[in-house]
Amino acid sequence: MTFLYVIARPRLVGAEAISKSMSYEIVIGLEVHLQLNTKSKVFCGCSTNFGSAPNTQTCPVCLGFPGSLPVLNRQALELGAKVAIALNCQIAKEIRFDRKNYFYPDLPKDYQISQFDQPLAQRGILNIITGESEKKIKIRRVHLEEDTGKLFHQKDHSLIDFNRSGMPLLEIVSEPDMNSPEEAYLYLTALKSILEYIDVSDCNMEEGSLRCDANISIRKKGDNALGTKTEIKNMNSFKGVKLALEYESKRQAELLEGGKKIIQETRLYNTEKCVTEPMRSKEEAHDYRYFPEPDLVPFDFEESFLEKIHKGIPELPEPKRNRFIKDYRLSNYDSAVIVSDKDTADYFEKCAGLYGNPKAIANWLTGDVFAYMKENNVLIKDLNLKPEHLSDMLKMIDSGVITGKIAKTLLIEIIATGADPRRLVKEKGLEQISDVSLLEATTSQVIRENPKSAEDFKNGKENAIMFLVGKVMQQTKGRADPNKVNEMLREKLKGVK
Amino acid sequence: MAINKDTVKYTANLARIELSNEELDHFTGQLDRILAYVDKLSTLNVTSLKPTSHVLKMKNVYREDAVKASLPVSEAIKNAPLLENNLFKVPKIIGLEA
Amino acid sequence: MMELNTLTAHNLTELLKKGDISPLDICNSIINRIEKTEKSLAALAHFDKEKALERCGNLSKTAEKGELWGIPIFIKDNICVKDELTTCSSKILKGFKPPYNATVIDKLTGLDAILMGKTNMDEFAFGSSTETSCYGPTRNPWDLERIPGGSSGGSAAAVAGDEAIFALGSDTGGSIRQPAGVCGVVGLKPTYGRVSRYGLIAFASSLDQIGPITKDVEDAAILLKAISGHDEMDSTSADIPVSDYLAGMKKSIKGLKIGVPKEYFIEGMDKEVKNSIKAAIEKLEKLGAVCEDTSLPHTEYAVSVYYLVATAEASSNLARFDGVQYGLRADNIKSMMDMYKKTRKEGFGDEAKRRIILGTFALSSGYYDAYYSKALKVRTLIKTDFDKAFQKFDAIVTPTSPTAAFKIGEKISDPLTMYLSDIFTISANLAGIPGISIPCGFTKNNLPIGLQILGKPFDEETILRIAYNYEQNTDWHKRKPDIK
Repeated sequence: MTFLYVIARPRLVGAEAISKSMSYEIVIGLEVHLQLNTKSKVFCGCSTNFGSAPNTQTCPVCLGFPGSLPVLNRQALELGAKVAIALNCQIAKEIRFDRKNYFYPDLPKDYQISQFDQPLAQRGILNIITGESEKKIKIRRVHLEEDTGKLFHQKDHSLIDFNRSGMPLLEIVSEPDMNSPEEAYLYLTALKSILEYIDVSDCNMEEGSLRCDANISIRKKGDNALGTKTEIKNMNSFKGVKLALEYESKRQAELLEGGKKIIQETRLYNTEKCVTEPMRSKEEAHDYRYFPEPDLVPFDFEESFLEKIHKGIPELPEPKRNRFIKDYRLSNYDSAVIVSDKDTADYFEKCAGLYGNPKAIANWLTGDVFAYMKENNVLIKDLNLKPEHLSDMLKMIDSGVITGKIAKTLLIEIIATGADPRRLVKEKGLEQISDVSLLEATTSQVIRENPKSAEDFKNGKENAIMFLVGKVMQQTKGRADPNKVNEMLREKLKGVK
Repeated sequence: MAINKDTVKYTANLARIELSNEELDHFTGQLDRILAYVDKLSTLNVTSLKPTSHVLKMKNVYREDAVKASLPVSEAIKNAPLLENNLFKVPKIIGLEA
Repeated sequence: MMELNTLTAHNLTELLKKGDISPLDICNSIINRIEKTEKSLAALAHFDKEKALERCGNLSKTAEKGELWGIPIFIKDNICVKDELTTCSSKILKGFKPPYNATVIDKLTGLDAILMGKTNMDEFAFGSSTETSCYGPTRNPWDLERIPGGSSGGSAAAVAGDEAIFALGSDTGGSIRQPAGVCGVVGLKPTYGRVSRYGLIAFASSLDQIGPITKDVEDAAILLKAISGHDEMDSTSADIPVSDYLAGMKKSIKGLKIGVPKEYFIEGMDKEVKNSIKAAIEKLEKLGAVCEDTSLPHTEYAVSVYYLVATAEASSNLARFDGVQYGLRADNIKSMMDMYKKTRKEGFGDEAKRRIILGTFALSSGYYDAYYSKALKVRTLIKTDFDKAFQKFDAIVTPTSPTAAFKIGEKISDPLTMYLSDIFTISANLAGIPGISIPCGFTKNNLPIGLQILGKPFDEETILRIAYNYEQNTDWHKRKPDIK
């Protein structure tokens, strides 16, 4: 029941966040900004490489020089459509771009080419799993826009690098369908998983290729009207999103409990103090003066083209998970963990094609293999463990060539050397010992050296036998067949009696 | 009146143009006359009309996803009023004030 | 030696081909003229004699010669020329030297034309008189007390005053045709999408087009052909082949159907203008065209639509002039907000401020539907008027302006009256169709009158054809002003 533990624990924390009064319901909507992994920027040919020297990846277009004009990168719109389709959205019949007008020094034209009333796609669905049940989170809209430059705030001035200006950015806006910080976290995890499956973005929150803002409000349970919301920015990890929302929901509940009002405002998450703080700003209502971008023409996709994109989308995590549960009889937990990463899911299926016990594969993957990966900070695609080797190792356990215990060290050995497990077992003499004559002396010796346990067993303490088996395993460095040993010990102790 | 001083002041602020009181008076009067003239549009019933934001019947104008040479950084920044280490330098930004 | 600066590009090309003259001869003749008349005209925004001569000297003499080889050209100050001052005659672009060429500039230099300098204009093309330039007003060569039209007044005055052989202008609501009309030269606004806008500093992106201002129709055809064509840097550039205008325009106009819209002959319009246009229509009929009255019923709304749509787009296009990456930045600034507001206060002139505020207002929350959105819908009506008319007619003729050149200072303090001087040219931009203005007479004060010919989208050939046939059978274009 590890699964339930993982899911349930944070939910308790989430609930605790508004423990002052359990009569509040949290309402959360998320805005995710995703940098699409095109080679060139969305409206010009500048490279999208990350980490180049300041202002070296700029041109008249992405610097907003007067007279320059945008031309849409086809791939950016296609990747956007791929995301929209993967999120079950309806792609617009006619896609238009609009100008969002506001002054900010990282915005070179002082307007952003974005989409307003004819976005790329609308009305999608993303399923998340909360505990035992599923929940559908509605996607309001998906639209394409250009990224801004990057500001570096110094003590008494700010500096701007426009390398990021004009990177293709996809905004994915959810409906306010999430009712706890944990659900927001699960939404992000599920979204990231899908985005990685369809290979549209690096989804790296630290490097800023995935960014998330949240709208959060609370209301009395049973109320229909939404409470006053605040917008939370500056969260730079999924965990940060959860912590920020936990803090914010608690803050809002405390305000209401104290008879105070919530102010509609933008708040920044302070990562060090783990609190949200109001952005110091002159209050001015946003008036973005959206209007159709006259420098671009409308776009549409032919049905056949959308079908092609559709076909190009691999089996997504959710259907894959259901299939794994059905076809491989995996637990909810195992299949959820395995499908959350496409490479892992592919790896699993390769093993399952080679070896007939998928449950054992899942156990080893989510157990020792994941532990190794985590400890060594390595991804499954870079892991020096061929599916053939893992399968062979599992077969050797089944056929009694090696013990499960030996397998644990053998696994590390395979990864370290990349060698064929059968050869390793031979070379290192790791075969299981089930020959009675070879185990005869050791079992007798262990009974002799542990008279107390032997006595306990004879007196009906069933557990004592396990201690003795363990001792034999220790003596044989794990190679003894534990079943055989158990059998022999019982026989011998019965004889003595 | 189609527009008053407060609206002109608000709009000029949106457009980030500082106006003197004199200019504010002056512009308000002129804009009001222009808007009064423009008001003749309100005599037309346009509810069933589609807007024309663009006269061309063009669509789907793309470029392929290919990297082209950027400007040399010296060219990109040569017109800048103020620089520091090849970065554009501006006054400190407080919150969303810009 | 004859005064080369007074000739047309096609005349000069002939002489160059014969070897009678050299590009340097033309260049010197232009420079001499400028030294004589520029003080009076103030048609130029940026002109560097040495640079012009250097370009002339750098011209390849051995390699295959481009069609405009050795012909000097002036460029309106809102078209980007790499490493050359390009300021839109605005203080806010003080010192700005673009790191790139407009597509039209690459095309012209590719044909071996010689870039001479930049012409004066209304600040950011906001005006009909070239009075709003930060460099001061340009004067009409026919009467120095009068405006040369605008916003391409510098280009028109330079061509009319023989400081230039020909020039590029830009037309958002008449900014090529109206100054050409009041200066007695030829000005052509191409169909929206015919000429790349890449590198044209935008005023109103859905209306702007670059076009030629020339001494005769043949030069207009040559220059239009030189700058037209699809450009992958401009998403709104049409991928439609460019016709052979030169061959096409020489065909007779016998049987062509020309509409004369009654809305362009309004109560109280200038009698001299009216009479000249009537005479021109009779001339066209004599040449075999069939002229008939027609109606463009929504004409009276054009100015309203235009001043909402154009200013809305302009308010957004001009947001980028904020003092961050280029151009003017105000001194003594305390904060970012302060920098924006002071820079834009100091950098923009009155008309620019007025239009930015008007456009911002038309787009702002609470007013969008009543103004901007409504204007776009009425724009549909105006476009439909033309669609219907062109089902019946090959072209439409109108006066270019309701009056000949007015006096400098006459309308500058009354923006609405100024706006109404564009009343006949604006519709073509809203509908995206091509239009040409050619000289069709003079007032008794010896001020030129322009005839506007409007055509179907991408049918520049027909309007050039009508213009050419008219011009070949009249002498108006041969008159020269006497600049005092």
